[in-house]
Amino acid sequence: MSGAMEAEISNRHDTSAGTPQQPLAIHVNGEPRQTEAETLAALIEEAGYGQARVATALNGDFVSARARAATPLKAGDHVEIVAPRQGG
Amino acid sequence: MLDKADHRLRPFAPYGVELASRLLLGTAQYPSPHVLAEAVKSSGSGIITVSLRREQARGKAGERFMELIQQMGARVLPNTAGCRTAKEAIATANMARELFDTTWIKLEVIANDDTLQPDLFGLVEAACVLVKDGFQVFPYTTEDLGAADRLLAAGCEILMPWGAPIGTGRGLANPYALKTMRNYFPGVPLVVDAGIGAPSHAAQAMEMGYDAVLLNTAVAKAADPVRMAAAFRWALEAGRTAYESGLMEMRDMASPSTPVAGTPFFELGRT
Repeated sequence: MSGAMEAEISNRHDTSAGTPQQPLAIHVNGEPRQTEAETLAALIEEAGYGQARVATALNGDFVSARARAATPLKAGDHVEIVAPRQGG
Repeated sequence: MLDKADHRLRPFAPYGVELASRLLLGTAQYPSPHVLAEAVKSSGSGIITVSLRREQARGKAGERFMELIQQMGARVLPNTAGCRTAKEAIATANMARELFDTTWIKLEVIANDDTLQPDLFGLVEAACVLVKDGFQVFPYTTEDLGAADRLLAAGCEILMPWGAPIGTGRGLANPYALKTMRNYFPGVPLVVDAGIGAPSHAAQAMEMGYDAVLLNTAVAKAADPVRMAAAFRWALEAGRTAYESGLMEMRDMASPSTPVAGTPFFELGRT
């Protein structure tokens, strides 16, 4: 992890009034990502999935579509975003 | 003639859904979506298996695949392929239920990358949780009778033992064990899942009294998947019809089929 990224994460714990929200370092489908989304629903929008037919899991547990807006994200979270595919 | 109550005439009705076809067909590895759709049609299959995979941002692959399978008219059986633990399989099953809008799940918990053998411990653990959560579980298992008992006790109403490791096309690697399983669970719908390489393998499973077979690669990787799908359809019909008709008992010694009485020259040159 770069020094700058560590500094950003560390800044998130600064609770002084007026401090702008700093990006969270998370993983989406195995890839590192910086996000300003505070919830799983916001992440789906931010990452460009929009109204796509996707299902989600957070840190290995299923999160239903209607629960996403009430599911907060934190640094280090692992998010899975999946869609229908061919299978045997 | 068989009595109508004979178990051999029982229809294939997984979780109460009666189906004309005894083939469950996988949807992966076809040369194109068009060939897949034609192969499903040609196979006569009433159930197609599907999966979930990571979606790219702004990706449309999932949408396009859903449109394709909706046109096919077959029931969808999502799988948990690739899951290595009960926890992964449970999360995947829940994601599949939301996306495909079905309580059916082909439950796979894989123990070993080389054999893709089911992890029977994880399988039973996941089945217990999923059945309690309202799923109708189709467990991909082995011929192990103890695990089968546990799966039935967990609430599974169907069992899917492997024929051979996934993708090998080796057919029924252990016919004795599969026959034993069939005899041990006469009232349970049993599906040979995986390892089927040729229509003759599917016919063999039918002749043993298995209720259905699930296969993918044997059709998808054929030079002509659409015609191979038809070959499996016919093999399943032949094998099932043979089973329902009652196969002859195998013998160790020869027995003439032409009547012995009245054989010409019977007394000549014989001591």
